[in-house]
Parts: sequence; C-alpha cells; structure tokens
Amino acid sequence: MELTTFWFLLIGVLWTGYFFLEGFDFGVGMLLHPLGRDETRRRVLINTIGPVWDGNEVWLLTAGGATFAAFPNWYATLFSGFYLALFLILVALILRGVAFEYRGKVDSDSWRRRWDLAIAFGSWVPSVLWGVAFANIVAGVPIDEHGDFTGTRLTLLNPFGLLGGVVTAPLFLLHGLHFVALKTEGEIHDEAKAMSLKVAPVPIVAGATFLIWNQIERGEPWTWGPVLVAAIALVASVLATRAGRDGWAFVGTGLAIAAAVVALFGSLYPDVMPSTTDPAFSLTVENASSTAYTLKVMTWVAVIMTPIVLVYQAWSYWVFRKRIGTRHIPPVHVP
Amino acid sequence: MDVVTLSRWQFGITTVYHFFMVPLTIGLGLTVAWFQTKWYRTGDESYLRLTKFFGKLFLINFAMGVVTGIVQEFQFGMNWASYSRFVGDVFGAPLAMEALVAFFLESTFLGLWIFGWDRLSPKLHLATIWAAAIGTALSAYFIIAANSWMQHPVGVVYNQATGRAELVDIGAVLTNSTTLAAYPHVIAGSLLTASVFVGGISAWMLMRGKPMPEGDDKALHKAVRISIYLTFAMGLLVAVSGDYQARLMFKQQPMKMAAAEALCETESGAGLSVFAVGDPGKECDVRTLTVPKLLSFMATGSFDGTVHGVTDLNAQYQEKFGPGDYRPNLAITYWSFRAMVGLGAVASFGAVVAWWLTRKGKELPTDKPWLRHASVAIIATPFLANAFGWIFTEMGRQPWVVAPNPDGLPEVRLMTRDAVSSAVSPGMAITTLVGFTLIYAALMVVELKLLARYVKAGPQAVMPPGTPPDDRPPDDDAPTTTTTTTTNEADVLAFAY
Repeated sequence: MELTTFWFLLIGVLWTGYFFLEGFDFGVGMLLHPLGRDETRRRVLINTIGPVWDGNEVWLLTAGGATFAAFPNWYATLFSGFYLALFLILVALILRGVAFEYRGKVDSDSWRRRWDLAIAFGSWVPSVLWGVAFANIVAGVPIDEHGDFTGTRLTLLNPFGLLGGVVTAPLFLLHGLHFVALKTEGEIHDEAKAMSLKVAPVPIVAGATFLIWNQIERGEPWTWGPVLVAAIALVASVLATRAGRDGWAFVGTGLAIAAAVVALFGSLYPDVMPSTTDPAFSLTVENASSTAYTLKVMTWVAVIMTPIVLVYQAWSYWVFRKRIGTRHIPPVHVP
Repeated sequence: MDVVTLSRWQFGITTVYHFFMVPLTIGLGLTVAWFQTKWYRTGDESYLRLTKFFGKLFLINFAMGVVTGIVQEFQFGMNWASYSRFVGDVFGAPLAMEALVAFFLESTFLGLWIFGWDRLSPKLHLATIWAAAIGTALSAYFIIAANSWMQHPVGVVYNQATGRAELVDIGAVLTNSTTLAAYPHVIAGSLLTASVFVGGISAWMLMRGKPMPEGDDKALHKAVRISIYLTFAMGLLVAVSGDYQARLMFKQQPMKMAAAEALCETESGAGLSVFAVGDPGKECDVRTLTVPKLLSFMATGSFDGTVHGVTDLNAQYQEKFGPGDYRPNLAITYWSFRAMVGLGAVASFGAVVAWWLTRKGKELPTDKPWLRHASVAIIATPFLANAFGWIFTEMGRQPWVVAPNPDGLPEVRLMTRDAVSSAVSPGMAITTLVGFTLIYAALMVVELKLLARYVKAGPQAVMPPGTPPDDRPPDDDAPTTTTTTTTNEADVLAFAY
C-alpha cells in the first residue's frame, strides 16, 4: 500500500477514535441538564467521564497534528477555510475543559450553574459543528488553483452540511446516554435508558438520510457496506437497550460512529478535500501529502506509539470500570 | 489593520498567555511528583500536605494550559496557511509526535492521578504523577524542536518545483543545536517558575501570622527551604544555559543578538550595553552604561573579537536576499532581552533574601507587611521573564518566520508577511483576535481568583475530610491494598470533581 493511502486511513482511524471517545463525553455534557436534575446527579454524570475526557480530547490533537505532518496542504486549506467554525469549536472546547476542572472548586450554586452552562454549550457546539465540517469536507467546497478556500462565511451552511450537524449531535447524545447507562446505577441509569429509547429515532433517521444522500451523490459501491453496518448497529443498540444489555448498546453506537466515518472517508478517497470550483483543484492524497521520507518517519512513530497509547488508555478505562451512583458522591469539600 | 498584523497579535497574545501556564505545569508537575515521592519514601505527612496543596494549584493551572494549547495547534493552519504549506513537511512531524508521545501520556496519567488516590496502590499512584510530569516535559521538547527549526532550519532541502522545504533528516531536526541549547533553558526556567511559586506562596502564608494547623506550619517551612535551594540551583542553570544559548545565537542569528545589544555598527572589542536611554531603535549611540569589551567576550570568547552590527548585517542581507529591511524591531528586542534577564535575576534574588531571613533556623518575620507583599509579588517575576524571553526570541527573528540558516540552504526561508492564510479576511481575523483576547482575559481573572482562594485556605483545606492523615510509612504489601478495597467503596471519588 502507498504510504499516502496508509496515512489517509490512519487519519480516518484517529477521527474515528476521537468521535468514538469524545462523542460520548460530548453526549454526557449535553445530558448535564436533561439528566442531571440535581447537583448530586450532575456530579455523577461529570464523574463518569472525569478521569478520561482529557485523554479523549488528545485524539483530536493527534488527528490535527497527523494531518499537519502527513498532509500539510489539507491541514492548511481545511483550517484556514473553516476558520470561523473552528474558532467556535475552540471557544467551546476551552470553556468546556475549564468548566470540568473549575465547577467543583467553589461551593456556590451560581458558580456551578455558570460552569454547567459552559459544559452544555461546550458539548453541543462541537457536536453540531464537527458534523457540519465533515459533511462539507466530503461534499467539497470552493477551492482555487492555489488550494485556498474561496467560499463565504455561509458556504458551510448548505443543506447537506447542516444535515451533517443534525446527525452528529443526536448521535453523540445517544452514545453518551449509552455510556451513562453503562457507567451508572440506580435512577440515573434507568432514566438514561428510557431517554435513549426516546432519542434513538432521531440519529437513526437523520443518519440514514445523510449517509444514503452521500452514497447517491458520491459513494463507492463498497461504501454501502459501512452504511449498512451503521444502520444495523444503531438499530441493534436500541434492541440492546431494551434487553438491558448496556454494554452492547454502547458498542452499537460506537460501531455506528466508526462505520459512518468509514463510509465518509471511503467516499472521499482519493480526494481529501474536493474542490467544487474545478475538480482539477481538488486536494488529493497525492498532491496534499508530505514527502515519502516524512511519511516513513511518521509511520515508524505511529506504529510504535499507537499501540502503547492504546494499552495505557485502555488500562485507565479498566481502573475506572466500576459503575457509580449518587451514593458514591462525597459531600462537597472545598475551601 | 491587515491580516498579517492581526494574526501576529493573535499569535503573540495566545502564545504568551499559553506560556504563562506551561512553565508552571512543567515545573510544578515535577515538584509535586517529587513531594509525593518524599511522602512515599519517608511517610512524612508534611509531604502529603504539600502534594495535595500544590497538586490542587497545579490542576487549576493545568486545565488552562490544556485548553489554550489546542488553540496553538489549530492556529498554524487557521491563520498561517502559507507557512503551514511551506514547512508542513518538517514542522508537522514534531507536532504530531508531541500529541502521540507526550499529550496522551500527560492527560491519561493525570486523570489516573486525580481520581486514583484510593484506587491505585501508593506505588502505582506515585508512578502516575511521574508519568504525567514527564509527559509535560516531553511535550516541551517537541515544541522547542519545532520552534528551533524556525530559528535555525536544518535537516531539509528546498524543492524548486513545489517551493517547499522538505525533510531529509529527522535526526538533524530533533537534535538541532538550537534545540539542545534552548531545551535546558526552558526546563530550568520552568522549574525556577515553579520553585518561586512554591516558595513565594509558602513564605506568604507563614508571614501572615494567622494561626494554622501544626501540620500545615511544618509543611510550609519545608516548602520554603526546598524552594530556596531549588531557586538557587535553577537560577544558576537558567543563567548558564542562557549564556550558552546567546553565544550560539550570535552565530546562528547574528541580527537578533546585534539588535538585543543595540549594536548598530560592527565593532571589535564591543562593549556590553547594560542600559540605554532614548530609542535604541533609532540612535545607536544613546547607550549610557556599557561594560567595555564584554560583549565581544560573551559573543566570541575574545575581548577583541568582532561583533557584527545591525546596519552591517542588514546590508549583507540585502545583498543576499534582495532589497528590504531585515532589521527586527530594535527597541522591543533590546528591552525584552533586558527584561528577561532582569526579572529572572530578581526571582533568584528573592531566594537570597529568603535564605538570609531564615538562616540558622530563624522564623520569617510576621510583623513586616511589605515583606509579605513582596513574597507574593515576586511570584510574578519568573512568569514575566519567561514571557519576555519568548517575545525577545520571536520578535528578534522578524521579519522572518523561518529565519535563513547562515550555514544552510538560503532558499529555506520565509518572511512573516508571506506566511498568512489567504482565505482569511481582516474581519475574520479581528473576530477571533477579539474573541480569544476577551475569553482569555476573563479566564485569567477566574484562574487567579481560584488560585488565591485555595492558597488562602492552606493545605489543611485540601486534606481528606475528617480522616486523620496516615502517618505510617506506606507499605506495598497486602495490608494497603486490602484496606483500600474495603474502605473505599463509599469513597471512590475522593479528590474528584
């Protein structure tokens, strides 16, 4: 396999890891108000992701860094072209990250209320915008012969792009519900399951519409495979929730996220950012990539480091594998 | 204002801000890891208090460092797309390595440390803080390697067809002489920052004269003592590594150092300017206080060595790279260099004062309010010295974003004005510049208030509630693990959110 193709796959894997992992912690953030009716329950929710959310977010930094290293032209066009969307995502991630760390550090209702809003905002905004961004990457945007984005501020807000946002946000919400169901006990666990059954039709319908639309416009025959997998996985996750199999429900939404990324990346290849101005200006795995030497160096780094990272990150999930509930939440103890 | 100016302001503001958090994270991470090691080894409860107390302050600061760090990685592409295309083949690699090698390590193990107090064996828990601290120090290495490449590009060739720099030797990039000189300076500076932070806070609390638990009092005395010696050691290391770096810079970036010394004309036996009056950018002979021949000695090792001046170097550059002004902003370069050195010296001087006040077991005075205020004020000095150091080295590199290597390929160079994104309009750049600045300013206020609240409350406030702290030396064998599993069922989230 060409190294450029390998790196295209690897970047797909990194985004899959990011959406799988941060997907559920975005979901937990979005659920803070609907599921966390009182302070103790909110603390239960936050503590389900407390030890891991920061490590989950590093998948984004790795995806960004890997794109810079392996496909500098893709990185440059994407990040400068989607400027304001990325700015909003950054603001959201800043507020959200600080909120997790700071909300419990002062014993005051108004203090906590503000940070809770920051968590909700910081979880909803990227959940919507990542969907909008990826829909536009796949569908293509106006790019000139220098590889520069030439659209306007509203270019990304086309119907297909918006539908992308309507898919990712409820999908992450559902994934978060399954995570909460898997990680908690008692009332909060039961309510998460009930809410999951109510919410599930939204990502299923929106996701199916989005992926089928994408297939018809630009899909490869083989990418019907992952589309089917995504659909089956989502439906199976509903059945698993009904059957009380919390773990399988979580696997179901996780698999759906992964399959959706495969379908999108599959229909994108060998482009990395198609140009709607002229197909000749499209960025491809070839013309956007680094040199063979750089790719070789980075391949060694990735091949050695990725398994190590996976092992210790998995171990951290193992350490915090126990379910938690309101009875585990200690009284507030801050100066 | 144009996109270049706006993007430069944004990069400057967000980077200097980010680097308020970074040195404290690196330095305090290592310091807290060391406190916990002492506790683990000796069972001395003072060190547990210091671990918990400074550990909390570390976390308050760490959160800000993490979130402002994401902006750093994104804005190369967002605002500096032309730069990203030109250097991507080289520059992206250390950034990706940083994420894979360092960020995963620090974030995962810090999560384990925060939540693992009662879940992991003491030995394993200690290992998690070390892993996190080492992660933060490693991340600095990759960033310094990336930055050093902009100061002194190595390991590359120039591709005529694509107009890009292409990596041919990753080893050369990761062992760039500029990196090897800058990294110890940054790490020593980080430890100095943390050391003054620990010492300043501890001394302030002891000089407040308020009654506090005996355990806190004992712990803070220890912290002051440790801080004094650590500050001495790191102050010395910062100076030695800085001097080494400056010598190297005279060779690699002569323009930057000539500007730093306000040396306009080439001189043999040049004197070292200590202070200048007026605008050193406009008139070169305004220097009032000069140590004769010292500059030549520092730059070349000989008192009569020749040091090239700004005017001369500018003419050389024009000959080599075409017409233009290749001088950095002289006033900023000159003064930021002095601010860095001066503030670093003040920080170290604080340790001398503290050492004098506590000599032969004396107590810090509680009846001198000015000393108490000075103890807090001095905490700011290493932070400002770090900031001025970066302002110096980045502003002194201008007008280049990738400065040409005098011994390398002249084609591998890029002017800052040619580095921005063409897809970004001034309106968009203003939006993000104002947006980031306002959010950062608000968060700075919140962070400082939170730090002040936790400092005032003292170590006792962050010790586990109700439980008398365990004085016994930790034991790796069965008893610890069994007590942990039986007692922690209700307490799995101690130290949690």
